[in-house]
Amino acid sequence: MNVVSLVLQAGLRDLSRNRWIVAYTLCFLGIAEGLFWFGGTGPQVLLSLLNLVLLVLPLVALVFGTIHVYASREFVELLLAQPVPRRQLFTGLYLGLALPLAGAFVLGAGIPFAVHAREGASLGGVVALLCAGVGLSLAFAAIATWIALRTDDRLKGIGLALGAWLAATVVYDGLVLGAAAAFGNYPLERPLLALMLANPVDVARVLVLTQLDVSALMGYTGALFERTFGTVLGTGVAAAALIIWCAVPLGLAERRFTRRDF
Amino acid sequence: MLLALALAQPTARNADLTVGAGGRFSTITAALAAAKPGDRVLVRAGTYREPTIVVRTERLTLEGEGWPVLDGQGAREVLVIAADDVTVRGIVARNTGVSNLEDRAGIRARSVRNCVIEGNRLRDNLWGIYLQQSADCIVRDNDIEAHGVRQTESGNGIHLWYSPGARVERNHVRGQRDGIYFEFSPHGVTRDNVSERSQRYGLHFMFSDSCRYEHNIFRDNTSGVAVMYSRGVVITANRFERSWGSAAYGLLLKDIMGGEISNNTFDRNSTGLFVEGSSRLDVRGNVFSQNGWAAKVLADADENRFSGNQFTGNAFDVTTNSRSANSTFDGNWWDEYAGYDLNRDGVGDTAFHPVRLFALVVEEHPAALLLLRSPLVSILDAAERVLPVLTPEALVDRHPLMRPPR
Repeated sequence: MNVVSLVLQAGLRDLSRNRWIVAYTLCFLGIAEGLFWFGGTGPQVLLSLLNLVLLVLPLVALVFGTIHVYASREFVELLLAQPVPRRQLFTGLYLGLALPLAGAFVLGAGIPFAVHAREGASLGGVVALLCAGVGLSLAFAAIATWIALRTDDRLKGIGLALGAWLAATVVYDGLVLGAAAAFGNYPLERPLLALMLANPVDVARVLVLTQLDVSALMGYTGALFERTFGTVLGTGVAAAALIIWCAVPLGLAERRFTRRDF
Repeated sequence: MLLALALAQPTARNADLTVGAGGRFSTITAALAAAKPGDRVLVRAGTYREPTIVVRTERLTLEGEGWPVLDGQGAREVLVIAADDVTVRGIVARNTGVSNLEDRAGIRARSVRNCVIEGNRLRDNLWGIYLQQSADCIVRDNDIEAHGVRQTESGNGIHLWYSPGARVERNHVRGQRDGIYFEFSPHGVTRDNVSERSQRYGLHFMFSDSCRYEHNIFRDNTSGVAVMYSRGVVITANRFERSWGSAAYGLLLKDIMGGEISNNTFDRNSTGLFVEGSSRLDVRGNVFSQNGWAAKVLADADENRFSGNQFTGNAFDVTTNSRSANSTFDGNWWDEYAGYDLNRDGVGDTAFHPVRLFALVVEEHPAALLLLRSPLVSILDAAERVLPVLTPEALVDRHPLMRPPR
């Protein structure tokens, strides 16, 4: 455990000196506060931030994450020369990346909502948005770590990260929309729900939808939606899926890290 | 007016007949048999299990003191008003039981005029208050609650059938089939009522022309509120909240000719306002917030005018089922409007198209709804707004407001 906290501290120190993470926090803070400032009501700000969370968070986590892992390569090699358990080293490395990312988002997006608590954003909506953001940060930091550990070529790694971002945010939804149109005559609820769970960005979005747009989701003619979204079950399933989306890439990355020859 | 004066005369009430503890009568039926027109029958606290009580004396007042309970024992109607100018107040009518053969009511007015039913409590009755071919009656301050499980085993809270000129005010109805129901009952006024958790509609009215509905709250009703086949209806300053489901509407308008829907709030309904086959409606000053579909206006509804409304936080603002637009939208405030106002007159300089491409996609492929708020969908909508190909170009607000009205 000692090693975890040591590496974590090193990572945190490294990141806090990094102007990018400060700029990232200030960016969210500025946008959320600005939206309130220019006459946005709570629910409107939530919706605008949702778009930002779905697009920007994965991008920053992926690109920034891969760069960070590549950059700490020498540090890792130095530590590996010492009698240090690899698993603990990895945990420290990952947390040193993921925690600042998630923390920067929570601070940047959370503070304006706390300040403007009276402007009508539902608590459930804000909590769902923050959870979605944290989940996305953790999941995409894990994916970034995995990509950086798999690929030694930095350019290729960053290219892969960008590709993953494009696929998860836009391309995937396009394919789903195409599938929904092509197979419109079949009962699609179940497969579509499954498809949503298979992409972390969609999981995060659905998690927020279950809080913000229940009225719309309940308007769909389907008992499955009614059972899923009308209750805590929907929120629970989405949250669980996000956790799986953090755990699986993290497990893959850890396997890679413990077995690879540096 | 004359009638009110006549009722106010001290001579109008002759005697008090007291039922129950310390009174001359032990049953309400006996007291009613002895009463003369204008008398008051005062019922003391207690539980009264009698055959269906029928008031046959004109200008009689039946008044409870300390909430006497009139119990139908699950077997029969509780109280029937069968004479003109009767007032019933302060009683608890309960437990008519369920019947598939007869419409049992807690309190029924049968072919009378000027009845007043006020300040009563109705509990677990099949029908609550039932006005049957009774004109100019007042139903106010009643508290009606039922715990029916199935639509088919439940009746309406306040039910009007061929009862013109009624005033329904400040009642609170919970858990009946339809909270308030009007059929063939024109010229009614319904205000300040709360109707919630109905198994079907919070308010349901048909064939009732020239009625007014104001300051009522309808919430958590299974199917919302339905208004059908009437003319000259005024619906103003009501709240329609949380009607959830694929066939649930905050307010459903079907075949309504010429009416006013103003200053209402539609909040968190699956569909806020649904307009079908209705024409010349003036829809203004309403707030549509956080609904799935704020307004669904079908193509067979024409010459309706939407102005001065606020649309905020809805998944979809307006949808329709045609490329032509037969209703007009002008001077509304849309939270999704991103235009500018160079001459600073409060009206946006570019037009707003409230029908999103994604709304049409969902209309065609309902399951695509799961992609709501996806970045991809925002991109598609933005592209469609720049170059409208599929959305109804004619359905446009040319004078969108820069700020919410009021």
